[in-house]
Amino acid sequence: MNIHEFQAKELLKKANISVPSGWVVESVDEAKQVAKEFKNFPVVLKAQIHAGGRGKGGGVKLAKSVDEVEQLSLQMIGMKLVTNQTGPSGKIVRKLLVEEGLDIERELYVAVTVDRAKEKIVLMASTEGGVEIEEVVKSTPEKIFSLEVDEAYGLYDFEAKDLSLKLELTGKLLSQGIKTFKGIYRAFVENDCSLVEVNPLIVTKGGKVLALDAKMTFEDNGLFRHPGLASLIDEHEEDPKELLAQKKGVNYVSVDGNIGCLVNGAGLAMATMDIIKHYGASPANFLDVGGGANKDQIKEGFGITLQDECVKGVLVNIFGGILRCDELAKGIVEAAKEMSLSVPLVVRLEGTNAKEGRSILKASGLAITSANNMADAAQKIVSAIK
Amino acid sequence: MAILVDENSCIICQGITGKNGLFHTIKCVDYGAKVVAGVTPGKGGKWVENIPVFDSVSQVVKEMKVDASMIFVPAPFAADAIIEAAGSGIKVIVCITEGIPVLDMIKVKRFLKDHPAILIGPNCPGVISPGRCKVGIMPGHIHKKGAIGVVSRSGTLTYEAVYQLTELGLGQSTCLGIGGDPIHGVSFIDILDMFEKDPETKGMIIIGEIGGTDEEKAADFIKNHVTKPIVAFVAGKTAPPGKRMGHAGAIISGGSGTAAQKIEMFKSFGIKIADNPAVIGETMKKVLESSLN
Repeated sequence: MNIHEFQAKELLKKANISVPSGWVVESVDEAKQVAKEFKNFPVVLKAQIHAGGRGKGGGVKLAKSVDEVEQLSLQMIGMKLVTNQTGPSGKIVRKLLVEEGLDIERELYVAVTVDRAKEKIVLMASTEGGVEIEEVVKSTPEKIFSLEVDEAYGLYDFEAKDLSLKLELTGKLLSQGIKTFKGIYRAFVENDCSLVEVNPLIVTKGGKVLALDAKMTFEDNGLFRHPGLASLIDEHEEDPKELLAQKKGVNYVSVDGNIGCLVNGAGLAMATMDIIKHYGASPANFLDVGGGANKDQIKEGFGITLQDECVKGVLVNIFGGILRCDELAKGIVEAAKEMSLSVPLVVRLEGTNAKEGRSILKASGLAITSANNMADAAQKIVSAIK
Repeated sequence: MAILVDENSCIICQGITGKNGLFHTIKCVDYGAKVVAGVTPGKGGKWVENIPVFDSVSQVVKEMKVDASMIFVPAPFAADAIIEAAGSGIKVIVCITEGIPVLDMIKVKRFLKDHPAILIGPNCPGVISPGRCKVGIMPGHIHKKGAIGVVSRSGTLTYEAVYQLTELGLGQSTCLGIGGDPIHGVSFIDILDMFEKDPETKGMIIIGEIGGTDEEKAADFIKNHVTKPIVAFVAGKTAPPGKRMGHAGAIISGGSGTAAQKIEMFKSFGIKIADNPAVIGETMKKVLESSLN
């Protein structure tokens, strides 16, 4: 689960990390009110969307006066912001973060994530902040410092110190560096994150270390431990079909094609999308109703698949294991009747009682095409939508 | 032979009194698995389906021999259940539970360094040695005793491959899923090594998917250490980047972990790839036949 920059900064603040002072606004009036609170200008207006690359896309602006805050917020609130991470359709800006402007001396990078190959939490830092870290990895990998953290103890003080020194945070900056690294690690662990990224972490001309930007992603499996974090979701940022699927407890990802897929099990669902492509068409979605699919899950699955207006046909691929195909066939027939299906439907049932299942589909009198195996199913749905 | 479990394995179920734990324990017993005890805290001293229930794993191992544990404990408590099993000296731990937080799994892996055990999963269908023993949730009857070893990151896609093999008359030595989570127990390499050393296994199928680098490592291992006929399949050619495809571990991040990269790696080492999921069994058959000529 992703959250906004301003929300990530709140959580970092709780972990004892300094962030610029600022307020979130949703209207021009609010922006104007907030602007009057600042003693010094310029201030920074930052569009709050779940995507990076905002600066280049026009989502970060400097305002030199209250009037400029008014003008710029008028332009920015409601704008469609297209960045290299939003895709061509962009994202609508609904919130602005208005922050104090700071004199930046240096821009650094720091992130905590899980290295799945090493099976460790790793802290990464670099002297090259404020740019895309992937670029730094490619061009100057020697400027990236990486540290595997002891999961039993956490980040040792001396490790935070060593890392600070590598980033040339010396003298009165050293204690701020240690505090920042310890805090970022703590925020990561205490919120079950999969990523905390501060890019840039800045050193001001006045000698302060602050998180100028922040990105935080929570690991979905850890959310049950943090009931408070769920409220940080911004539903505008999510695909509405994916959001609905999440509420119904099925795994759904929408993609660009026009054949809706309904499958039990994640691996089989991916493989089903692949075989549709193999036979020359494109899947509209990934949909895993769960390995042990039952009648109700299949109904929910149909509901979500058919919401997508691009869907010109539906392929149901169920491998009935513990649950019998005859039972599942009854579920499919019921769902198809209730939804008064108007697009071609191909069903492939395999596994326990598959024959009985297929005869139930046939006897239903509905326009359901039965398939004998995955290849047959894919070919049938591909030709049905042509 | 077969690997990991056979007809002599003594098995316990952690979480035996839960709905899924009980349902699948019965299915495993019906298949022929020797389930000797169950564990549910607070239910010690009770019996379910003629199986004694204990409060803790350490109580069980004091009283009887235990070779493997099957875990159905809910996600918030599952990591601790794995650690409890390993700490009690159980050597094969099969964790079916889905949804264990990654940070918990990092702690589990650290514990396993000092308490060696073979952890299968979590978020997996389990392991079956057809005709002998089943420790997991897979449908037993689609399997057939034989000589092909199957290892996969997925559940139903494994059933699909097994079903194709059985239809073609190719039985299986052992089939297992290593789990769909980013941090999990045994790797492809561990299992391929066991299959290579198992005299009964004559051929292998490895089923990978997007995310991580397990398949790349497996390809490298196959090139250097596997002599038996082998077929690979990788799911997720059409998966968009940055999206979690059902499994927590199935995600293309920062341009790495794509199916194309993994397939290319297998191919570059001369490892036979099943072009599409409908021909996994058929491809295995062809590779076996050509190895005999």
